Amino acid sequence: MWQRILEIVRKELKQTLREPRMRAMLFAPPIIQMLIFGFAVNLDVENAKVVWADMDQGWAARELRAAFDGSPQFTVVANAQTEAEAQNYLDRSEADAIIRVPPAFTKDLDRGRAAEVQILVDGTNSNTASLVASQAAQVVNRFTQDRLRTLQRQKLVGRAVDRPIAIRLPRVVPETHAWFNPDLRSRRYFVPGIIVNIIMLVTLTLTSMAIVREKEIGTMEQLMVTPIRPYELILGKTLPFAAIGLVQVAFVTVLAMVIFGIPLRGSPLLLGFTSLLFIICSLGLGLFISTISNTQQQAMMSTLFIFQPLFMLSGFSFPIANMPTVIQWSTYINPMRYFMEITRGLFLKGVGLEVLWPQTLALAVLGFAILGFSVLRFHKRLD
Amino acid sequence: MNFRRTKAVAYKEVLHILRDSRSLYMALAIPLLLLLLFGYALSLDVDRVPTLILDQDRTESSRALVEQMAGSRYFRLLAPAESYRDIERSLDRNQALLGVVIPANFSADLRANRTAKVQILADGSDSNTANIAIGYAESLIALYSAEVQTKARERIGAPEITGIDPRIRVIFNSDLKSRNYIVPGLIAVILMMVSSVLTSLCVAREWESGTMEQLLSTPLRPAEFLIGKLAAYFAVGMIDMVIAIVTGLWLFDVPLRGSPILLVVSAAIFCFGALCWGIMLSTVTRNQVLAYQLSMLTSFLPAFLLSGFIYSLENMPQMIQLVSRTVPARYLVTILKGVFLKGIGPSLLIGELAALVLYSVLIFIYAQNKMRQKVA
Repeated sequence: MWQRILEIVRKELKQTLREPRMRAMLFAPPIIQMLIFGFAVNLDVENAKVVWADMDQGWAARELRAAFDGSPQFTVVANAQTEAEAQNYLDRSEADAIIRVPPAFTKDLDRGRAAEVQILVDGTNSNTASLVASQAAQVVNRFTQDRLRTLQRQKLVGRAVDRPIAIRLPRVVPETHAWFNPDLRSRRYFVPGIIVNIIMLVTLTLTSMAIVREKEIGTMEQLMVTPIRPYELILGKTLPFAAIGLVQVAFVTVLAMVIFGIPLRGSPLLLGFTSLLFIICSLGLGLFISTISNTQQQAMMSTLFIFQPLFMLSGFSFPIANMPTVIQWSTYINPMRYFMEITRGLFLKGVGLEVLWPQTLALAVLGFAILGFSVLRFHKRLD
Repeated sequence: MNFRRTKAVAYKEVLHILRDSRSLYMALAIPLLLLLLFGYALSLDVDRVPTLILDQDRTESSRALVEQMAGSRYFRLLAPAESYRDIERSLDRNQALLGVVIPANFSADLRANRTAKVQILADGSDSNTANIAIGYAESLIALYSAEVQTKARERIGAPEITGIDPRIRVIFNSDLKSRNYIVPGLIAVILMMVSSVLTSLCVAREWESGTMEQLLSTPLRPAEFLIGKLAAYFAVGMIDMVIAIVTGLWLFDVPLRGSPILLVVSAAIFCFGALCWGIMLSTVTRNQVLAYQLSMLTSFLPAFLLSGFIYSLENMPQMIQLVSRTVPARYLVTILKGVFLKGIGPSLLIGELAALVLYSVLIFIYAQNKMRQKVA
């Protein structure tokens, strides 16, 4: 029996790896994904571009402008004289926001009246927009606070010239610490997730294609007349891809450490073990797709159809906590969700089985359920 | 170029598509699935941040701060923590995203007119969510601080001083719904993915099943062959586009402020280019698995990541920004967002339109040349 399985494994490995381009395809996607997510994908907003529309031209407007120039989050890219001109920058997406200082700004402040500043934000990207808006409001507030402090000092000092009092008002300041990712780089968050993606996509495609190809070319019949038994065929068809998947986990982990300096804080052994459980899930899914497809095209479209929702609902780039409750429930049967939590826990937080046991257990249960179901279906198809 | 031969190839391809009805359904269902997912389920908007508060002060002032957090819709307070250990544990287990610690000397500091500190501990794993959550917490504390100051000022009789009121107005997507900017961009991602994956198989299949040789022995020319194949899949791509636009407009109420004609024309040019890309891969590889993987890698990923669809290009390093200029989806995403949300016309989008046309033509010529080489 082992001999027959080995033969199939050997044949599959040969078939997958014989073409140099195919060999490259096993390692190019992880590298490209890592580079893109590591270097390119960045949800952090820094250096928002603002257009300065100063209708006032007084000293207060100039000081406020200096406050914006001085803050690291903003770059003033242009001055606009008219509303239309300012609006044009937003239309062309050359700026993220317009700061408009109305005509009476300095006069209002001089007379002790409340003044206002208009902040027009391009809301196209709602996420960036809310960050930009709150940061701009913060700059304005800081400016106000600073001004109040000087004014108060002047007034109090004016009242008691011989005995200058340092005015002290109580205040509350936040002291913020971000754990696990102190400099808040998106990179650290995305890279562990890439492992999950790559394994899923590669093992899913390879397994489903390997079986459907035999059907499409007609060699399945030839295999059936050999003494090979169904479970031997299944093992022979899945073992090589499990091996390829594990090699990829190691490859991506090393890349993450070497290129991005993202340490694996948790146990490598646990990573290997949970990867194996996850691979069982995706092999099971691949096998399932192969039972419902007759041509490679069908297999690919089905893979795409199954992979997309699993990927989108895994929490990779969209937090599960933001989803509607019903959808959140549905993610409990998504193996990618659990493995995503495990890899992030292992890489970023360095936690162990004492925290990750529910996810590990869920992966194990899902893996054997999916694989078992698919094997049964596969059997029926062969008989 | 013979129109009759082209039509024959197109007819044959349509038969192929119709015969394999499951693949066709999938090609039409995938866009719908993605749209529904993005419209209903996926959002980067952060609210109701699960927050754990450790109040070591337990006085009136600290409770007032806790109350303010409880009243804000941006936070969801979990059962109060007893110790730092509790915060650590729930951050480890992803139960809480923020921990807020009010130290024991909080109210004493305030009474003594000193600066009181509030500690915010955030799970930084997801830097985006963490940034937003921290922002909420900090502005709530700033508000509380301002209240405390006003009260103190009244107490010591310091003069009332007026401030500057920042008036924030958001244009183009005034309710800041992430759906409004995701759905237009998604149309580009869908078109790129479905079109190039569909055609990536169609030439390789002829090679794999050995029918390519038969086709080659006919008087059919490469350009006729390609256009025939393209025509059939172009129809599928256009149906996908209509599905995407209609769903976006009616199901998700994404505003269409610009011209629908500009929208359809630019999407059609882009779709043609994406189909050519798939055919080119298919011609070059002659292997379905390889062509599929290549098309997923070169279409979905760049369209998703380097097009400005979700992740803004301005934050990327210079090198990557240059690379993104070669991604056609980038231009379509700019056009779609401009037409849907900003309502701008072709005069502002002329550069993007030209880039799309250039891309489509270049890829078509390249695919045709490759085809000719393979034939020879």
